[in-house]
Amino acid sequence: MGQRITINPVTRLEGHGKIEIFLDDAGDVERAFFQVPELRGFETFCLGRPAEEMPRITPRICGVCPTSHHMAATKCLDDLWKVEPPPPARKLRELVYNTFMVEDHYIHFFFLGGPDFVVGPTAPPAERNILGVINRVGMEVAGKVIRVRRECRQLIETVAGKVIHPVFGVPGGVSRGIDEAQRTEFLKTAQLAIEFAQFALELFDDLVLKNDRYLDLIRSDAFSHRTYSMGLVDENNRVNFYDGHLRVVTPEGEEFARFPPRAYREHIAEHVEPWSYVTFPYLKNVGWKGFVDGPASGIFRVAPLARLNAAEGMATPLAQAAYERMYDVLGGRPAHATLAFHWARLIEALYAAERMEELLEDFDITSQDIRNVPTAAPEEGVGVVEAPRGTLIHNYWTDERGMLTRVNLVVATNHNAAPMAMSVEKAAKGMIRGGEVSEGLLNTVEMAFRAYDPCFACATHSLPGQMPLHITIYNAQGRRIRTIRRNP
Amino acid sequence: MTEERFEPRIAAFLCRWCSYTGADLAGTSRIEYPPNVVPIRVMCSGRVDPTFVVQALAAGADGVLVAGCHPGDCHYQSGNYKTMRRYPLLANLLEQFGIERERVRLEWISAAEGDRFAAVVRDLTEKVRALGPLHWKGAPPARYRTAPADREEVHAHG
Amino acid sequence: MAEKPKVAFYWCASCGGCEETVVDLAEGILEVVEAVDVVLWPVALDYKLKDVEAWQPGEVSVAFINGAVRLSEQEAWVKLLRAKCPLVVAFGSCAHLGGIPALANDKSRRAILANKYLHSPTVDNPQQVLPQEASRVNGYDLELPRFWDEVRTLDQVIEVDYYLPGCPPPSQSVLAAVEAILAGALPPKGSVLAPEKSLCESCPRKDSKEDRFSIAEFRRVATSIPDPQTCFLAQGYLCMGPATRSGCGERCLHGNMPCRGCFGPPPGTRDQGTKMLGMLGALGEADTPAAAAASADGLADPLGTFYRFSLAASLLNHSRCREEV
Ligand code: SF4
Ligand code: SF4
Ligand code: SF4
Ligand code: FES
Repeated sequence: MGQRITINPVTRLEGHGKIEIFLDDAGDVERAFFQVPELRGFETFCLGRPAEEMPRITPRICGVCPTSHHMAATKCLDDLWKVEPPPPARKLRELVYNTFMVEDHYIHFFFLGGPDFVVGPTAPPAERNILGVINRVGMEVAGKVIRVRRECRQLIETVAGKVIHPVFGVPGGVSRGIDEAQRTEFLKTAQLAIEFAQFALELFDDLVLKNDRYLDLIRSDAFSHRTYSMGLVDENNRVNFYDGHLRVVTPEGEEFARFPPRAYREHIAEHVEPWSYVTFPYLKNVGWKGFVDGPASGIFRVAPLARLNAAEGMATPLAQAAYERMYDVLGGRPAHATLAFHWARLIEALYAAERMEELLEDFDITSQDIRNVPTAAPEEGVGVVEAPRGTLIHNYWTDERGMLTRVNLVVATNHNAAPMAMSVEKAAKGMIRGGEVSEGLLNTVEMAFRAYDPCFACATHSLPGQMPLHITIYNAQGRRIRTIRRNP
Repeated sequence: MTEERFEPRIAAFLCRWCSYTGADLAGTSRIEYPPNVVPIRVMCSGRVDPTFVVQALAAGADGVLVAGCHPGDCHYQSGNYKTMRRYPLLANLLEQFGIERERVRLEWISAAEGDRFAAVVRDLTEKVRALGPLHWKGAPPARYRTAPADREEVHAHG
Repeated sequence: MAEKPKVAFYWCASCGGCEETVVDLAEGILEVVEAVDVVLWPVALDYKLKDVEAWQPGEVSVAFINGAVRLSEQEAWVKLLRAKCPLVVAFGSCAHLGGIPALANDKSRRAILANKYLHSPTVDNPQQVLPQEASRVNGYDLELPRFWDEVRTLDQVIEVDYYLPGCPPPSQSVLAAVEAILAGALPPKGSVLAPEKSLCESCPRKDSKEDRFSIAEFRRVATSIPDPQTCFLAQGYLCMGPATRSGCGERCLHGNMPCRGCFGPPPGTRDQGTKMLGMLGALGEADTPAAAAASADGLADPLGTFYRFSLAASLLNHSRCREEV
């Protein structure tokens, strides 16, 4: 073994990600490891707590996507207490959830992924941040992003009590409803969101698709992995974030499995490595074959592109058109180009915005019939939603009083942990040859990473945004020989 | 031949109207009871904030006795009923923290029950002795807070 | 032109929600950026330990630190910030009281590892592999940091000047705190930057209850529907309002859910849990020890309810003598 390279992004969320790259004597990449160095123990410290508190405890796993945990937990409680929410309650949950998807996807696209596309991957680092995006698209557009986000978050705050760590989910329904005045007001937010989604797709068209260089980058093999894809679908196999069956397609796009959330343990298992606190989920019926792609390896991907791959279409008209167009350009479904995650994200935001409108056009959503009180004894429950970063599974067991005796959580960043490790390794291999560490390595690795919107970095959603990276290269004796910093 | 015996420390919060007088009576009538008890006189058992009980444990007590007038005899009418309701809640809470509920006891002891006071103290001492010292999980980290809140509290409940 | 005051944001074991609340100032963020110079914000700007080491003491006026403390690396960072900044503000419930991650103080480190990697229903781990602080995989040496056995509040690690409570603190109170600091209009050191009263005193439901009311029986939101106007406690739902500081905007109550206490204890209270317990004694109806015991048993999980956000700061935090799950 020759050199060893450590990339330690200072950003963290589900623990800060850390990358170790090992070079052989010739100076080529032998192996790269993607590590998550933190564990908080939610599965354990929730034991003994009343199950109905989970929607209020688990959002603290992530303050960027608390709504996903809140919703997965709430649905898990429905299943646990064997109770269905009345239709208006279901609609309110779906409304909050789709609103959350809209604002989260935008913030990712513009503030985090945006710099790569809008400003361009080769622009000087000093411009490749949110300020650069603002310069490029203009203050007016930036103001719109802020406005859409603010309005969406106000909607969530009104309906769900709190926008960061919502409170309204209870088994069999929600704790509060909305009135007609709120419905009309929210409808305006939905329309603004649709308008903006279309605008964002046009912007993507102009800036990216009409630019051969970017298009090549998206299609480039350096960013591709031929893995299985998983996502929630409705009864017509169309993308759904809130409910449905989990569908898995092969790297070729054939249906491999389709199952209700309850059956997840028959299909998904987790692999443990001694060098990371994160576990690596894989398809049980294919098996763990290490960090490799292809049909013989059980590794699968989740999150926007995987969701679109795993489905056969979108349930709303504008999003469906955008979906067809994307696969046309990419040469058919499934697509494996990691960077197409960004495109898929915009299509999903459009769907979520259209769905918001659909839900709000239905007067039933103002009904106060929002709760079915459980009567059955609790036992076991499973709740699954599609979080912005992929499939999120909550599974609880309780005693007859509903006190938690066992908890299993498989979160979105978990599912993508193995593919992320692979993408990082692939990017590193492409950039490091004969011991020459390219300055471009940092950005390439970062782009591979960022496409997944990994949770430990997703807080870079926020402001002047590029993931700060710090690479240290050690020689075989462990002496530091070089440091590269990724910031201006 | 003396054997090293664990001598538990027990804090006793005694209401001044009944239980404290009862303890006094035990003393003046020379009824024997173990010297492990540190009596603390309070106006009424209802004034024993659960925080005091926990603070006593945190300060090194291995057991705590809270004693007040018999139900119906409280000088403030319902003080001892409050205590009666708090006690099982506190015991449940302590149990979750790994502190055996037997370490904290609530008793009604009138001014005339000197012998009863002695018997309760004897029994509690033996039970706590059997449980052994209250092990705290290491020393609490230094607390840097100088919040006015901390100091006020002494007056607020004292 | 006078130089703008410099401020630092830092995060320890954080969920990121405390960062989001700053971003949620939306257009208001411009006001902040106008008035101060943000010199450290790991979520958005790349600054390394050595940059901070180079600061002149006093050069950066205030450090806002969120998240609980769990790793030595976090300890080193906050000690450095303390040495450099005249003002340190504990930002959010985790830094203030330990927050939800501190519920882990109720369990052992060993149990947490075993549960996650050995007993999880989906983990397939026949070799019983556990993540190791140092491991060797095919000749590659890899390290993971060790996390402490317990989660600590910020003031268990460094001296803290002010506390900004909440999980997360509302955006508006962040703005108010920044303004107060800029104006030099700060209360005595050690203060919590929130109103000097309990949540019940500002609750919209406070007039719905009788002056003296009692709780016949505890109810749970899982199996009954709370009335949206009446005081939760008066309906029998455990609401931490009496043992919680005001200032959150009654967020959960507007969502028709009882308070869980994220703003921490009200003024003059050392321990949020025993305070609540004391209150409940006054509200019960039981008049025999047996009835009192039955009613107490109706309150599921007092530890996780009374100390949902403040376990690390509680008097009992170090009482645990046990090592089981
Ligand atoms: S206080 Fe709440 S929002 Fe802030 S870091 Fe802690 S859990 Fe997250
Ligand atoms: S107990 Fe809760 S609902 Fe009742 S007044 Fe206090 S804060 Fe409001
Ligand atoms: S109501 Fe209670 S738990 Fe909810 S935000 Fe306010 S203080 Fe926090
Ligand atoms: S005065 Fe003795 S218990 Fe109240």
